[in-house]
Amino acid sequence: MPHPCPAVDDVVAELVARFGPLETSVFRGQTRVELRPADTSDALRLLKDRGFDLLVDVTCVDYLEYKGAKHRYGLVYLLANTVTNQRLTVRAYLDDPDPSIRSVVPLWEGANWLEREVWDLFGIRFEGHPDLRRLVMPEEFTAHPLRKDYPLQGRGERHNFPVITRDHS
Amino acid sequence: MSIAPAEYDVTNRASEEGARSEDYLWTLNFGPQHPATHTTLRLVLKLEGERVVDAMPEMGYLHSGFEKIGEHLTFNQYVTVTDRMNYISPIANNVAWHHAVEALLGIDLTPRCRYVRTIVAELARISDHLLSNGAVGLDTGAFTFFLYAFYQREVIYDIFETLCGARFTNSYTRVGGVSQDFTPLVIEKIRAFLKTFPKTLDDMERLLTRNRIFVDRTKGVGVLTKEEAINRSATGPVARASGVTRDLRKDEPYLAYADLDFKVACASAGDCYARYLVRMQEMRESLKIVAQALENLPSGPVNVGIDQRMALPTKQQVYSSIEGTISHFELSMANRGFEVPFEESYAAIEAPNGELGFYIVGDGDDTAYRARCRPPSVLHFALFPFLIRGHTLSDVVAVLGSLNIIAAELDR
Repeated sequence: MPHPCPAVDDVVAELVARFGPLETSVFRGQTRVELRPADTSDALRLLKDRGFDLLVDVTCVDYLEYKGAKHRYGLVYLLANTVTNQRLTVRAYLDDPDPSIRSVVPLWEGANWLEREVWDLFGIRFEGHPDLRRLVMPEEFTAHPLRKDYPLQGRGERHNFPVITRDHS
Repeated sequence: MSIAPAEYDVTNRASEEGARSEDYLWTLNFGPQHPATHTTLRLVLKLEGERVVDAMPEMGYLHSGFEKIGEHLTFNQYVTVTDRMNYISPIANNVAWHHAVEALLGIDLTPRCRYVRTIVAELARISDHLLSNGAVGLDTGAFTFFLYAFYQREVIYDIFETLCGARFTNSYTRVGGVSQDFTPLVIEKIRAFLKTFPKTLDDMERLLTRNRIFVDRTKGVGVLTKEEAINRSATGPVARASGVTRDLRKDEPYLAYADLDFKVACASAGDCYARYLVRMQEMRESLKIVAQALENLPSGPVNVGIDQRMALPTKQQVYSSIEGTISHFELSMANRGFEVPFEESYAAIEAPNGELGFYIVGDGDDTAYRARCRPPSVLHFALFPFLIRGHTLSDVVAVLGSLNIIAAELDR
């Protein structure tokens, strides 16, 4: 039986043993593991059992204009161990036309709004999410504004928003 | 004329038969403009009488695309935007942003800069906790307490004004340093604050901590267990009031925290009262940190050296040395600037509200390719329906106040 708080390297080795060869890297002391999107949910469950109990953040990067990028979207799961204070970053890459991945809300309730935000701003669909609605943009908004092909000043959506008059309110 | 008994029988509930219990629920729209939300956020409450059956928080009323703007402003320009995130403690956001930028660029700060940033970040924490506890007091009916807190916030604003010229939106940090070093006047004002503030803090505690009305309204209200706090990614005072001992100042010592002696305030009850007590105690610990850091403030330059080409040199250096002139030119020209790796990193600080981190992707340019802000308020606001279920309508403001939701940080 593994130690309840094993070192980050041991956990990564266990991930490799279970999910095949993975690309890992270290930058400024932060260990990062790249996983296939299909494995991510199971791998995060394993990591949670190995002590990475705090989901710090779920976010996304759009690599559309990034030099040398092979994939369009890079999901980022930042994990932390609240006992040993180790951190681990899990990456998964997705591509158009249908970027989707299994939701981790069954593992961490905290992922609920974080995934909603990624859906809202990047258009990544989280399968199995209980309530995948937009978080910060209005419901009638059609674009995903943090994508790199969305212009900084918008596409004029604001001028086309429905105006509520006194009679209709 | 007689009254037909059946029609006027107040105990007759025959007409209600067949009705589902949900038919007796009513919906209350709370916000987005409401004095007790303090900021622009909206709650849709489902009530049964006075009891809250469910709550649906809604956010986005202040969304201004800060993360998108972060992809178009340089590392030094974006600090002005971070001021506007958690505007209750803007300097802590400045410190968090440049902490993350420096982690990406691999900059080692000077000892003086570490101490200076520690002091301002702790003053920001005191200022934040004064507001958040003051607002809880205000919402539960303790107006004097609120005024005491706000007077002290004014003193801290005054220190910041002397320090960098701005009271509210400080934009104090720069890559590799800060915009202004401490002057003797600033140090004098902080010393005066350290001397007078403990007395006010004692007064505030005497006003509220054992106040029957306040205790009754906050004790046992909005209980968050330790397991749920971790499961729902709570951080900062909210998590520490539930028994999670995580505090990045101790667990991942950054800036000067490794040198300083302080304790992490924790409670295990997890209710609104525990969150109030944790914040009160944190202010006392912050005072200890500021006092130690101020008395041990290292001498020497506050910005990194001109050889690193990260911080703007002083005018003296620009006009009297060729290195200074070159460095100034390199940093000011549009197509020059920092050497940013094609890498990404995450770095966080223990902001007054919880873990405030930035995930920055560098693409060789002065501007971040992606500047993700990990705001503690979003995860705390997501807690709200879980905490309020089963409590009464009047508890809404107590729970909301104790979570210290800042809508500008929530929506960004």
